[in-house]
Amino acid sequence: MANVNAGHHDHHPDQEELRTFAFWIYLMTDVILFATLFATYIVLQGSTDGGPGPKDLFQMNGIYASTFILLTSSFTSGLAILAMNKGNRLALMNWLGVTVFLGASFLFLEINEFMHLVSEGATISTSAFWTAFYTLVGTHGLHVALGLGWMIILIMQIAKRGITPVTKRKVNIISLFWHFLDVVWIFVFTIVYVMGVN
Amino acid sequence: MWESVKEFASEFFVTGDPLIYGADVSIVLSMIAIVSVLTYFKKWGWLWREWLTTVDHKKIGIMYILASVLMLFRGGVDALLMRAQLAMPEMQFLSGDHYNQIFTTHGVIMILFMAMPLMFGLFNVIVPLQLGARDVAFPFLNALSFWLFFSGAMLFNLSFVIGGSPDAGWLAYPPYSELAFNPGPGQDFYIWGIQISGIGSLMTGINFIVTILKVRAPGMTLMKMPMFSWSVLSSCIAIVFAFPILTVTLALLFIDRYLGGHFFTLDGGGNPMMYINLIWMWGHPEVYIIVLPAFGIFSEIVATFSRKKLFGYKSMVFAMIIISVLSFLVWAHHFFTMGSGADVNAFFAVTTMLIAIPTGVKVFNWLFTMFRGKITFETPMLWTVGIIPNFVIGGMTGVLLSVAPADFQYHNSYFLVAHFHQVIIAGVVFGFFAGLYYWWPKIFGFKLNERIGRWAFWLWNIGFYLCFMPQYALGLMGMTRRLYTYGWDKGWFEMNLVSTIGAVIMGAAFLVQIWDIAHSIKHMKRDTTGDPWNARTLEWSIPSPAPFYNFAVMPQVTSQDDWHERKLRIEQGLEKPAKVELEPIHMPKNSGIPIVMSMFWFFVGFGLIFDWLWMAVPGFIGVIGCMVVHSFNYDTDYYVTVEEIKRTEAEAGRVIT
Ligand code: HEM
Ligand SMILES: [Cu+2]
Repeated sequence: MANVNAGHHDHHPDQEELRTFAFWIYLMTDVILFATLFATYIVLQGSTDGGPGPKDLFQMNGIYASTFILLTSSFTSGLAILAMNKGNRLALMNWLGVTVFLGASFLFLEINEFMHLVSEGATISTSAFWTAFYTLVGTHGLHVALGLGWMIILIMQIAKRGITPVTKRKVNIISLFWHFLDVVWIFVFTIVYVMGVN
Repeated sequence: MWESVKEFASEFFVTGDPLIYGADVSIVLSMIAIVSVLTYFKKWGWLWREWLTTVDHKKIGIMYILASVLMLFRGGVDALLMRAQLAMPEMQFLSGDHYNQIFTTHGVIMILFMAMPLMFGLFNVIVPLQLGARDVAFPFLNALSFWLFFSGAMLFNLSFVIGGSPDAGWLAYPPYSELAFNPGPGQDFYIWGIQISGIGSLMTGINFIVTILKVRAPGMTLMKMPMFSWSVLSSCIAIVFAFPILTVTLALLFIDRYLGGHFFTLDGGGNPMMYINLIWMWGHPEVYIIVLPAFGIFSEIVATFSRKKLFGYKSMVFAMIIISVLSFLVWAHHFFTMGSGADVNAFFAVTTMLIAIPTGVKVFNWLFTMFRGKITFETPMLWTVGIIPNFVIGGMTGVLLSVAPADFQYHNSYFLVAHFHQVIIAGVVFGFFAGLYYWWPKIFGFKLNERIGRWAFWLWNIGFYLCFMPQYALGLMGMTRRLYTYGWDKGWFEMNLVSTIGAVIMGAAFLVQIWDIAHSIKHMKRDTTGDPWNARTLEWSIPSPAPFYNFAVMPQVTSQDDWHERKLRIEQGLEKPAKVELEPIHMPKNSGIPIVMSMFWFFVGFGLIFDWLWMAVPGFIGVIGCMVVHSFNYDTDYYVTVEEIKRTEAEAGRVIT
């Protein structure tokens, strides 16, 4: 039975719809998770314990670049959905591939930034401010890394199975996740970086 | 070589305490016993196929309940040890350090590893049946939640014999829980045990919200849904909002301890008060998360045993929703004395008092349901009626505590200990007991013995009042919480002795309950009706125990208390038992991934606790591997044939032609 979800006229609910709904609820829990982290960040914003603060070390050019890259990747993940809805499997895989590439570039820039900060003497144990900074930004980065691995697995599944109700739902969900990370990043960008240097 | 092994062992295992050597021996002996029995009777394959890999919500529920009863035993032994130490002034039974460990593990185990799984057990066995569903929305996720809870609980319990128990209280306030003051592995056991099982709880929350909102029988609108399911829904919504905060809080504490962070430290700009705010933003809703389902249980039982429709259905639903919202707005009442200022305290005092209103509404609704009902007092009803005075006292002392200025007197005194045990034991735990007695025949197919059940009820209640009423007075006399010894000059001796006697009686009551179960199994009278209490909701319309697919034919719901209404119509000859058309049933396949993945989580936790990356890293890779394998698996379900349905129903005593 290739696809158990199609056709059969029993009364049980559509599994793909259920999963999408559950994913929205999961996203809500993630919203709370990030909200809590933002709250701790804001509380500890001034607690640099005499050490370096955001104004001393943030390099905004790199941040603009990675913001631009992440926003673009959100756009390409949208193009992937369009291709999927048109039934164009190859374009779908390609756009997902581009999204993975952009996401990986974002991560690369973030790791670079962290290494730079560490070399300037701002580690996670320098002060409460830096602990909160690395935790908040790092948690977003971890989410991005997770999304990348997930997207790669999905590309493999699409290669194997094509566009089915199941893979379709999975792609829809990952793109939802990806947009969500974008929104979180906009908050990180504004609250941590823009407000940090001003 | 030998020397270094010995040195490692003496640090790794907890040594030097006869109690713990006793525990070591009994753990090893029971392991050997279990392994040999399973091997002798060749039951390994059966255990794996029928239980460890099951995705059947009813079996998962039973495993939750079993684990929870074991944890009640462990937490209860802790409680008895503490009460033994406090029975007389100047006791030398436990040292101060040991006492700290015991009240910490007692609190954590009772709330997170006893009350939560008992509640999840009841969710699992009952909610899909009440909704007329074949399973929860995500059976695989459900199994994963259970095994995560189980690994977290095992990890936490290990701290007793390996490495040492946590001792910073059940909420682990910093700075005492920070590395500087608490270097041992105990605090890390706390973090990882709770973290792993907490992720499971969060997933259960999501699973049941989706189940209740999306997988109901045709015709069951939200306003026709049984009250227990409503209570589960409101509790799960609170879980979804509260548990991410716990996840973050524990992660931050871990970052402080493991990576040298400064969230809550005294140096480096950290802010310990932030932890206290965060943990209570989870901790207070947590109390309502466990009490709301108990409210649901009382509502079902009161209606069934009064032979009446529940009074004020809509106001009940409304009250539950209000409670779950308000529970997020009161957290600061836990630290009125810690300098928030008058305005803040006033706000939190008022919100706290507000919760008494919807709770009062519920109590009145139960009373009005009983009013002029044909009440019978079988054990479930006995518990329910017994709980009402408890709730009234517990609620009133709660309002007393919420008066911010007065709290400067009660704060961290035995008055508080008495209050929260009154709501948690006499509200939540007794409520879950009522539910267990009520649904036992549905779960296992036979009733528990009524006479022994009554004994247990009276012993629990007498023990409870003896144990906790004196504590209110002790609190007012100045005895503080977490105190491990006191002098003769205080005048606290008599009441502490009474309190300890009460605790011993509750211990006896637990044993009577175990005896009740053993006795009822031995003299089992199978329930052939499927509806032994003449109840009202859908779960009673199918055979007991429910077949693995629950409903041979999907019920069509037309009214509230649908099963009751249908029985009436059939009795009056208005409706004939429907003729049924069987169709193949779509079912999920068992999976070994949940248990394997949770084992990997266990290794992650254990490795991080002891700073053994050689264990944590492969564990983590294993977790990821399990997710990938699951993602690639498209072969997750099958169909039950019509012949098999007929055969199963016939074995349960129902002939379908
Ligand atoms: C069954 C009889 C029980 C007895 C005799 C008992 C006794 C005690 C005692 C003596 C303490 C220590 C108080 C102190 O010195 O501060 C305590 C604390 C506590 N108990 Fe119980 N308990 C019982 C059941 C429960 C249950 C069922 C729960 C929850 C579901 C629970 C939750 C707690 C919590 C959260 C604490 C606070 C731990 C801390 O201070 O960190 N107890 N209990
Ligand atoms: Cu509270």
